Amino acid sequence: MGGRAFKYDDHVDTDVIIPARYCTGFTVEELAPHALEDLDATFVQRVRPGDFIVAGRNFGCGSSRENAPIAIKGAGVACVIAVSFARIFYRNAINIGLPILECADAVAGIEDGDTIRVELAEGAIENVTRGGSWRAAPFPEGIREIIDAGGLAEYVRRRVAAG
Amino acid sequence: MSMTIAEKILATHGGRDRVEPGELLFAKVDRVLGTDVTCSLSIEVFRGMGVERVKNPDTLVLVNDHFVPAKDIKAAQLSKNMREFAREQGVENYFEVGRSGICHSILPDKGFVRPGDLVVGADSHTCTHGAVGALATGIGSTDMAAAWALGELWFRVPETIRLEISGEPDPWIGAKDVVLHVISLLGVEGALYKVLEFHGPVIEAMSMDGRFTVTNMAIEAGAKSGIIPADATTLDYLRTVGIAGAEPIDADPDARYASTIPVDVGSLRPQVAKPYLPSNATDVEEVAGEHVDQVVIGSCTNGRLEDFEIAAEILRGRKVHRDTRLLVIPSSQAIYLELLKRGLAGVFVAAGAAVTPPTCGPCIGGHMGVLAENEVGLYTTNRNFVGRNGHPSSRVYLSGPAVAAASAVAGEITPPYDVRVNTKLQAAKG
Ligand code: SF4
Repeated sequence: MGGRAFKYDDHVDTDVIIPARYCTGFTVEELAPHALEDLDATFVQRVRPGDFIVAGRNFGCGSSRENAPIAIKGAGVACVIAVSFARIFYRNAINIGLPILECADAVAGIEDGDTIRVELAEGAIENVTRGGSWRAAPFPEGIREIIDAGGLAEYVRRRVAAG
Repeated sequence: MSMTIAEKILATHGGRDRVEPGELLFAKVDRVLGTDVTCSLSIEVFRGMGVERVKNPDTLVLVNDHFVPAKDIKAAQLSKNMREFAREQGVENYFEVGRSGICHSILPDKGFVRPGDLVVGADSHTCTHGAVGALATGIGSTDMAAAWALGELWFRVPETIRLEISGEPDPWIGAKDVVLHVISLLGVEGALYKVLEFHGPVIEAMSMDGRFTVTNMAIEAGAKSGIIPADATTLDYLRTVGIAGAEPIDADPDARYASTIPVDVGSLRPQVAKPYLPSNATDVEEVAGEHVDQVVIGSCTNGRLEDFEIAAEILRGRKVHRDTRLLVIPSSQAIYLELLKRGLAGVFVAAGAAVTPPTCGPCIGGHMGVLAENEVGLYTTNRNFVGRNGHPSSRVYLSGPAVAAASAVAGEITPPYDVRVNTKLQAAKG
């Protein structure tokens, strides 16, 4: 998949990803139009399906609201690449099937607006605009199983169905 | 053996003899906490899993706290969804407005957490419950639905950082000052994916109210949980909430830690965290004089009886500054009742504070005290991110109840014991 990078700093918290004033809603339709509103008011107008968020350390810190990855995914973001993720956001993203990759070198080599290409299965990231390619650390085995099932809900559904 | 407290709890609940940091496992959960703001999504996901009944309804605790009393129609619907689900699934421990409070006050005070328990909650400050020696951690809504369906959940075994907190601080220094200082040392991601184990004489001497304040903010250093090993103070508290014969567990003497960090708070000044990160703590003197439009004393961090006793000591016979608003929010109905019985509510009302029913309200910028453009707040809550408490241009400082109360009187950020300030306080009194 290929798209443009929207680059942000360290510690992008879930309050700016989706402020509490929108958290009386929990559907994609209610949340996606407000993704990142308090961080970058024009993000939602500019982002196109298949684009990427590239960010620094501790992306998604703060509140446990799953509304945050839902808003990002709903806005069309194909994958979030960050130096590191806050742990509840990390869980939530995996659970709802929002692709995330941890790769500090890639973050350092990508500027806002660059066109990048990502192969999720291998964790391969390539900067088409200014060159450079990287490989994100693979997910641990147990997490792969959840990702391969398409998220935790589907994983549980299969487990329950299997008895 | 050589295990930390978190490793022991995950091993027991995962049916293992031992576990290693980094391992992934499914572990049985003793408590699953949900609130009005996170439940509706979980209910939808739960239905999508093709599951009809919650596996262990006795483990669920469902609390109305974030947007209650319902701030608008959508918030009312969130509570309604949770209420109907609780009825349908036979969940006894459902807490309705007027008999409720902030979830992290309700859970321990109703006797739902024991030392050694594995607690998950669809709220990031679930780490609070580590104060009784449990492993308690925040999860998302899909996680919660999975825990409802399976009675267990996936965990990555975390490394643990051991903090040894010592020193004999000034009497005005409280638990909040200690934890703000610790977070400023670690940074907001200093404990990412890790557990903080709090030890040392300062922790041992701390009341349960103070300990809850400390573990509450572990997440602000990125931690999975904060844990304080249960001791005599814990067991005394547990008896008051109806738990007898709890078994404390401690780390093994040869447990392996990611690091051991000594923290001396002997010369600590009251701390204030500047906008926009809880790790921006500095001595109150550094920011003294900054005008504050609104002061909030409450939340799952500092909304317990001890916090209000400290605030009342400063506010008794004084008035809130004319250019400042003070909101006092007890964290549960039980604490609200104590404020009334002990005459503290009267102290606050007489001072010109608005005393509200228990709610998260302004802590999450939900209702009951949202900040306008460019307003400045001083809150005893736990987060001061951009837009957290209202307009994205508003700015919030975080402190303990002593600094908050003194600042409400002075109308500007103020140390509780400063001579200059005391004069100001006296003037306000006269
Ligand atoms: S008081 Fe604030 S931090 Fe605590 S649970 Fe409520 S919104 Fe979250």
